[in-house]
Amino acid sequence: MSEAAAAIHTEDHAEHHEELSFLYKYILPVDHKMIAMQYMFTGLIMAVIGGYFAYVFRMQLAYPGESVPFFGIVGPGEYNMMVTNHGTIMIFWVAMPVLIAAFGNFLIPLMCGCDDMVFPRLNRLSYQIFLVSALVLILSFFVKGGGFGGAWTAYPPLSSVPEFSLTDWGASLWVLAVALEFVSFLLGGINFVTTAMNARAPGMKMLDIPIAVWFIVIAVILFMASVGPLIAGAVMLFMDQRIGTTFFLPSGGGDPLLWEHLFWFFGHPEVYVVLLPTMGIVADIITVFSRKKLFGYRTVLYTAFATGGLSFVVWAHHQFVAGIDPRMANVFVVTTVLISIPIAEMLFSYIATLYGGSIEYTTPMLWALSFLFAFLIGGVTGIYLGASALDVYFHDSYFVLAHFHYTFFPITIIGMFAAITFWFPKMFGRMMNETLGKIHFWGTFIPFNCIFLPLFFLGLAGQHRRIYNYDHFPDLATEELQDIRVFATASLVIMLIFQVIFLYNFFYSMFKGEKAPDNPWKANTLEWTVPSPPPHGNFKTLPTVYRGAYEYSVPGREMDYWPQNMPPDES
Amino acid sequence: MIEYYVYKASSFAGDIDDLFVVITWIIGVCFLLTLGAFIYFMIRFRRKEGVKAEYITGEKHKEKKWTHYPHYAIIALDVVIIAVNIIVWVHIKQTLPPKDNLVRVIGQQWSWSFIDSGPDGVLDTADDIATVNDLHVKVGETYHFELQARDVIHNFSVPVFRLRQDALPGRTIKGWFKPTMTGSFDIQCAEMCGYGHGIMGGAITVHTEESYNETIAQIKNGTYESHYQKRMGTKTPLPSDTSQIEVEGSFARLLASVF
Repeated sequence: MSEAAAAIHTEDHAEHHEELSFLYKYILPVDHKMIAMQYMFTGLIMAVIGGYFAYVFRMQLAYPGESVPFFGIVGPGEYNMMVTNHGTIMIFWVAMPVLIAAFGNFLIPLMCGCDDMVFPRLNRLSYQIFLVSALVLILSFFVKGGGFGGAWTAYPPLSSVPEFSLTDWGASLWVLAVALEFVSFLLGGINFVTTAMNARAPGMKMLDIPIAVWFIVIAVILFMASVGPLIAGAVMLFMDQRIGTTFFLPSGGGDPLLWEHLFWFFGHPEVYVVLLPTMGIVADIITVFSRKKLFGYRTVLYTAFATGGLSFVVWAHHQFVAGIDPRMANVFVVTTVLISIPIAEMLFSYIATLYGGSIEYTTPMLWALSFLFAFLIGGVTGIYLGASALDVYFHDSYFVLAHFHYTFFPITIIGMFAAITFWFPKMFGRMMNETLGKIHFWGTFIPFNCIFLPLFFLGLAGQHRRIYNYDHFPDLATEELQDIRVFATASLVIMLIFQVIFLYNFFYSMFKGEKAPDNPWKANTLEWTVPSPPPHGNFKTLPTVYRGAYEYSVPGREMDYWPQNMPPDES
Repeated sequence: MIEYYVYKASSFAGDIDDLFVVITWIIGVCFLLTLGAFIYFMIRFRRKEGVKAEYITGEKHKEKKWTHYPHYAIIALDVVIIAVNIIVWVHIKQTLPPKDNLVRVIGQQWSWSFIDSGPDGVLDTADDIATVNDLHVKVGETYHFELQARDVIHNFSVPVFRLRQDALPGRTIKGWFKPTMTGSFDIQCAEMCGYGHGIMGGAITVHTEESYNETIAQIKNGTYESHYQKRMGTKTPLPSDTSQIEVEGSFARLLASVF
């Protein structure tokens, strides 16, 4: 964007600070904060759907064949559909919109000190396409044959031939929804990168940018660089389904393995696409509540670059036993195990940040620390699966599932709660209730471990995934293993019940909570220098930045924090 | 550790179990040390009245070494894991030991077909023995398999052998196994294959020489009863004799058997 255009943009903006009509304020907003809210609430609604699916299929696993309360008898087709769409929803319609789109939209302009995204209308379009994609996905559950049930990885020919999947339009609408969602995030991503790189407040150098913003930007770049092959793959899959091409069908000269490569070339960086925003959010939270400078800001940043770079060359570790040349697996073992190096360094830096701190255990801090704990388990169990020879046994077993949920649950759910409880005062101008927040934290974190730790042991016993009833496998139909399934399901139900406390706390605090000051946590970053909630246009006068985001407890200063925009001669 | 949950019935099952134990020790120690430091910091540096946090940038060498040295240890341990893994992997997947028997395994929605090459050891000849959902093999003999899929991707999975391999339509994938323990065990399909994925099982029966010949004779004269059907509804006990451990409740018993 040229400077002239920027000038016109700001001028244009200055004239539009009068009160907007309801339609333009809430339904068709261009304000980044309102778009962030739209993303967040859409994501939360989708999370409820995804959680409901998890409840139904876990109940079926614990009590096979019995009628599930609030659903009924679960058939194999419905089971497959729910397993598939639970995964799809939680990754594409919860993790990405809430962590990247909602908090990216909310935080990037506020933390970078500008009045809005660089392309506000593109931002609005991005959300609208996202909304359409969510509606298309929901529609796919109700077409003839039901929703798509071929797992979220959608391996063809199962996904490409209606006679095999038995979900003719369900599969097509699923692909369409995913493709639309990618388009939406491509548009959003362009906006995020441009804003963070070109529209920062004067004085904010590259190494003054808060890690939360940095990591969202890196995540978005990873996403945009990796999604191209998958969009091409999705178009090919859609054509295979609807007009009878045979890109993935061996009988017509195609190859199902091609899809696996295209999918996982995107699928693995995608893990880091959702991981990095949460990592960034956690960095900001632990520094605030331990009153410490982030240990090794540059190291943390460079490890993120290294992780991002490596994530492009590890994808075939999902395909060790998929029929690829076994010699190729050795290369991917090396790259996969190497990725533990930057991630471990990053975690070490976070833990080192706590050293010498003055840690206050508020609700957001509990979420951030529990993220580190859970992700540590998720990370180390990944080493088992990165070793190709163990993958010969663990492929598609519950060990994979447990490992995956020990990474994605902390990333998505814990990361989301950390971010919401931390920025709630800024978003809605009111404080959340701490006691209820802590009850909700323990009521989520303990059951979470009780759900997924036992599943590692089911994986050791050789239990394979996506089976609606283990009675057909006598080695797995033992009472001991069934007890574990019941235990995990019971924990899930307890965890879901505790979410009611969160919803109550969230909505009650939004309207009736204690009024929040501008800077309730005494944090340094720019979003805490504006009123809570920030007005349209964010800053009365655009701020100037004098220092990095993590100058806490600087020796010789009375105040233990030092806002980024405070001139050096003031104190 | 794995052998507590599932029998070890092939020649390479032990290698995989050992690899699991090696990795468990390596990452277990790293995990506990990291977790120990983490929990210690959380307790030691909780907020106390009048105690101000220290100012540590983590940019100086003196400070950075605290994250760098553990990190060098991890690089060294990674090399160990990679090396051990590649040794096992090359043995299981990259090399084919000389065969005693050949069997073709075909996955289709939603059953397994097995074609044993019979006495002549060549497939597609008159002495082939075809079975559905039932694979009969002899203990102590090396089997090569040719894995195929008729419609969608399946995965030929035999947990007691520690064996999983995708079957791709349009390809024939070769592999091997050598059973070392007699008995009947599960065959699974471990790749989502559609509506009936949850019922796509089978039984592999590892025979001694005599019982193998007996079963083959039954198949030929039509008195054969499917082992897969016979196994259905039975519950196999877990391998470790956990009844010796005096802990109440089967879930606790199962966890206790690990340690």
